[in-house]
Amino acid sequence: MPTQTRKPFLLDFEKPLCELESRIAQIRELAAENNVDVSAQIQELEAKAVQLRQEIFSALTPSQRLQLARHPRRPSTLDYIQAICDDWFEMHGDRGGYDDPALVGGVARLDGKPVVILGHQKGRDTKDNVARNFGMASPGGYRKAMRLMDHANRFQMPIITLIDTPGAWAGVDAEKLGQGEAIAYNLREMFALDVPILCTVIGEGGSGGALGIGVGDRLMMFEHSVYTVATPEACAAILWKDASRSPQAASALKITAWDLKELGIIDQILPEPSSGAHADPLGAAQNLKKALLENLQDLLSLSAKQRRDLRYQKFRQMGKYTLA
Amino acid sequence: MSLFDWFANRQKSEPVTQKRQEREIADGLWSKCEACGVLAYTKDLQANQMVCSECNHHLRVDSDERIRQLIDAKTWKPLNEEISPIDPLSFKDRKAYKDRLSDYQQKTGLTDAVQTGTGLLDGLPVALGVMDFRFMGGSMGSVVGEKLCRLIEYGTQEGLPVVIICASGGARMQEGMLSLMQMAKISGALEHHRREKLLYIPVLTHPTTGGVTASFAMLGDFILAEPKATIGFAGRRVIEQTLREKLPDDFQSAEYLLKYGFVDAIVPRTQLKATLAQLISLHQLSPIAPGHHHNGDRVHYQHHNEPKKIHRDAMQVLEETD
Repeated sequence: MPTQTRKPFLLDFEKPLCELESRIAQIRELAAENNVDVSAQIQELEAKAVQLRQEIFSALTPSQRLQLARHPRRPSTLDYIQAICDDWFEMHGDRGGYDDPALVGGVARLDGKPVVILGHQKGRDTKDNVARNFGMASPGGYRKAMRLMDHANRFQMPIITLIDTPGAWAGVDAEKLGQGEAIAYNLREMFALDVPILCTVIGEGGSGGALGIGVGDRLMMFEHSVYTVATPEACAAILWKDASRSPQAASALKITAWDLKELGIIDQILPEPSSGAHADPLGAAQNLKKALLENLQDLLSLSAKQRRDLRYQKFRQMGKYTLA
Repeated sequence: MSLFDWFANRQKSEPVTQKRQEREIADGLWSKCEACGVLAYTKDLQANQMVCSECNHHLRVDSDERIRQLIDAKTWKPLNEEISPIDPLSFKDRKAYKDRLSDYQQKTGLTDAVQTGTGLLDGLPVALGVMDFRFMGGSMGSVVGEKLCRLIEYGTQEGLPVVIICASGGARMQEGMLSLMQMAKISGALEHHRREKLLYIPVLTHPTTGGVTASFAMLGDFILAEPKATIGFAGRRVIEQTLREKLPDDFQSAEYLLKYGFVDAIVPRTQLKATLAQLISLHQLSPIAPGHHHNGDRVHYQHHNEPKKIHRDAMQVLEETD
């Protein structure tokens, strides 16, 4: 039963819904065994489930959304690539001595047209996560990403980046190899690329580690994804001197797709299936593909220079200040 | 009177009590080196650009002092001073961001954590940005981003080299994602500046970390650093906690970055102006004669236009002689 396998990953606020769903399944089973017609009751309960789902998912707090964004079953970069692309060929290595498993990418076809697609890759389970370093990319990962984007630029392929990281890797090696420089270089060079760049936060957009592949012509976010300047946990520890205040920090930092749309940072919110992307990965992938194709069509009608200028203008207007 | 008595009397006649010492430090008459503890007459220390003459420790300097050290007298023209911070998220942690801002504004006399402007550096026109660590740890929010962006754009438009003195803990959390996006915005401005083949030199001072390191601090044609400055992406404590291991003493120091190839040179503060002048003049086709830009005491904007013109003229001369 799917509810059984999903159980270990149930989030607190998903529980009432899950209980109701398993009750419906139970009644159905009992009815089938005893040969009684309970379709009226089931219909009623199902309507109730739909309503409950809507109530729960429309009233999520920022820290609940953060939980959803980090959901272990949330579709990852490679899941989306598999679901929306054909002819996928993964590229490896930064040509400087390292291949980062936390940042993956390659060439593929999207709706028949060649693209370069890349993103942070989290693991499925603990073992996989250790191998993927929990989606925290190293300097070599950002340099591999840049290598792929340069490739796209040379062969006139649009670039699609999928963002899903708690942040760039903070370790001794990362510092030694210039984590700051690797991200900074991407920030500057992504403004210089001629081809269209579409960036989507599919899960967790963690600070500079997210931005390192996040400069594009369009910034999109799935509705239950988050994008933060610092993780709410870190922010609570620094500003409140108390890591347990992280739900409060999550609200104060304005990390949800709606907040960021209002602040003029993202362009578009991608809808998720009614119980979140993890409940229906293929549904989420369809929404992503549709948005990518629509935006690509717009962007391909512009010249390279227009795109570069508009890209700069887009980031140029970000920020709030007064001329007092 | 033996020599010993003389010393004993001298101590008696001039008792420097701790109280008095503290008062004089507070008056700003004397300054104590935070590294070796030696007391120095503040005026002497300033004359030595706030570098301890005993141990060579570089004490923190504020943005005004930094501008005085780098820009020729009476040639500084501030840009965009009117840009001031607001509280876009109505952010409140243990204290409201609004209150924090006005406290720091009062304490420092600055509107936010950066001063930008143009001036002459040993006679060479330059667009200079100076971050001020006193203002909320030099953190980068919308104002820092906007002022640096406008400075770089001005440099691009006027053909000026850009120098930015970095001193920052990183992005300003109180402005959330707006702060993070300043990293991209400034990097974009630098891309345009670079496209015009203009020189950009960041100078990394203590401390340069987080979002500043992951953007404009690391994008220089040359990257200079002050001795022993802490420079890094992630905080040292964060790394220590994640890895549960003791980090080497020189980890994330200017010297460490030099060793691993991320800065070009560690330049003592007393030689910074001369070094910048050397690098800038090496990248101009025609050296600019000192005094060329002076019109009495004041320097006007149009004088700063000259490098581009001179650059072009020189190119023309080169082409004609071909």
